[in-house]
Amino acid sequence: MNAEPINVTGTPIRAKGEVLLSVENISLRFGGVKAITDVSFDIRKGEIRAIIGPNGAGKTSMLNCINGFYQPQEGQIVFKGERRAKMRPHRAAAGGIARTFQNVALFKGMSTLDNIMTGRTLKMKKGFFWQALRHGPAMQEEIAHRRVVEDIIDFLQIEHIRKLPVGKLPYGLQKRVELGRALAMEPELLLLDEPMAGMNLEEKEDMCRFILDVNNQFGTTIALIEHDMGVVMDLSDRVVVLEYGRKIADGTPDEVKANQKVIDAYLGVAH
Amino acid sequence: MSDIATRPAPNLFANPLVKAGLIVAAVVAALVIGIRLDSSNTLYAIFVDPFQQMVQAPDLLVQTVWEGLVSGVLYALIALGFVLIFKASGVFNFAQGIMVVFAALTLVGLYEKGVPAFLAVILTLGVMFALAVTIERVVLRPLVNQPDIILFMATFGITYFLIGFGESLFGGNPKQMIAEQLYLPKGAVDLQILGGLVSLQKIDIAAAVIASLMIAALAAFFQYTRIGRALRAVADSHKAALSVGISLNQIWVIVWFTAGIVALITGIMWGARSDVSFALEIVALKALPVLILGGFTSIPGAIVGGLIIGIGEKLGEFYWGPLIGGGIESWLAYFIALGFLLFRPQGLFGDKIIERI
Repeated sequence: MNAEPINVTGTPIRAKGEVLLSVENISLRFGGVKAITDVSFDIRKGEIRAIIGPNGAGKTSMLNCINGFYQPQEGQIVFKGERRAKMRPHRAAAGGIARTFQNVALFKGMSTLDNIMTGRTLKMKKGFFWQALRHGPAMQEEIAHRRVVEDIIDFLQIEHIRKLPVGKLPYGLQKRVELGRALAMEPELLLLDEPMAGMNLEEKEDMCRFILDVNNQFGTTIALIEHDMGVVMDLSDRVVVLEYGRKIADGTPDEVKANQKVIDAYLGVAH
Repeated sequence: MSDIATRPAPNLFANPLVKAGLIVAAVVAALVIGIRLDSSNTLYAIFVDPFQQMVQAPDLLVQTVWEGLVSGVLYALIALGFVLIFKASGVFNFAQGIMVVFAALTLVGLYEKGVPAFLAVILTLGVMFALAVTIERVVLRPLVNQPDIILFMATFGITYFLIGFGESLFGGNPKQMIAEQLYLPKGAVDLQILGGLVSLQKIDIAAAVIASLMIAALAAFFQYTRIGRALRAVADSHKAALSVGISLNQIWVIVWFTAGIVALITGIMWGARSDVSFALEIVALKALPVLILGGFTSIPGAIVGGLIIGIGEKLGEFYWGPLIGGGIESWLAYFIALGFLLFRPQGLFGDKIIERI
């Protein structure tokens, strides 16, 4: 299948604000394997943007490029008007990009509270010296940030597991703690890599509600990868579809659903 | 998490406490019978006589335990250096022992060149910081994301580099630690207790106090501060740490520098008891059994492990050593560690390996 990227949208639909991040002609290779080939799309301020596609389509690689884990060989990423060929993870974090991972990446030995507190790392400025003394300004700072973290814990309804080491929690809760850690960074752009993978129906509904609340209450822009089509179609404002590392469609959920290439990619096509 | 209703009826013998109780009972029974039948008195000499000696001369027992305690504290300090780096970067730093020697040599070397004692301490701290930055730049950064064994081998490289570098700068001769110039106390305190005389070296008391303070401070630092949290975070997951904006490079410099400070203090204390020479590095290897006992990731583990090894080997040497001609102090620690590896590989306090299936 040799698909040219088609933009079915034409003019932006339900686009909420100006472009926050745009990916321009990104290509990523691992040796001879082409993970992503010449993909461009944009994410607008305040929207929920879904990235979907069959397994191995390059969705996670795309997120890794956006937050600097991978450096694409070709193409550029423009974030908040700043154009970069290379993004570095801590620069992305400092710029306001937070993320969660497909296979939860938490600090397993640490408590829920400490895990979410790590999200405040970049917001805490007091130096090594005060930290070592654990007094004065560093202590006040710690208290102020602890308050923010407690709010996040309330928001995600995980008060009861505050002190437990996260390695012992059930998977659904771990995903919620990971979301909490990302939220603690007060990100402008939140990247969620399969936030609902491995969850039961009830947990999925909870997670959907949290994602919508984050988007509505804090105005956080969200880009998410998800396999559950029902969830994707309900949640997202716009959807970009990847297959074999190429973009095959981009538009509103309804447009994408009706796109023949997308149907072929998901259901297979008779050759 | 298995449901209580579906759980099979508990097997009494599977309970570790019951098992241990049975084993102890069997051993005691065997001993009692054995000692009765024992013609050459071997079992008596091993299992009865040493304890009788302890009861008869409690002052000797106290003296032995105290000496064990002091060397235990120093083992714990060295182990602490290992734990710091292992906790924060997952690297087993073979060079910790030589860092102790190097720090002490630098301090004494600077003093001999005419630098005042306290200025020399500050300068040595500077040298340890420079060392931390250099190791991060030259060794760790190029090897990031490599398997642990590669980083471990790299610390061997650091070890031999530091040996050569230290020798060429300061020479290979043993040196005297500048204990007096640093106002460390000298002499001994004699205590009249239990109908005998127990003599405590003041430098040993100082070492125990300083080590305890430092350990408490480090534990609090790790537990309650942003940087402490970041250190633990890096140890758990590199990618997650990166995603929240923790800079690996900065964290590595901090842990290696902290380990350098611990090394300097250890070097001063140990140097004041004997002298400063490269032989200290062999002593530093004692930290291995301490770590196996205490767990590689636990600061309290390093302390308790150090004390058990220190006291255990002194008691072993004094009461059981003569039975086989002495000298068991040099291997008893490794023997204890071997036993732990067989029955509790994560150590007394180590992180249990948590895995959900």
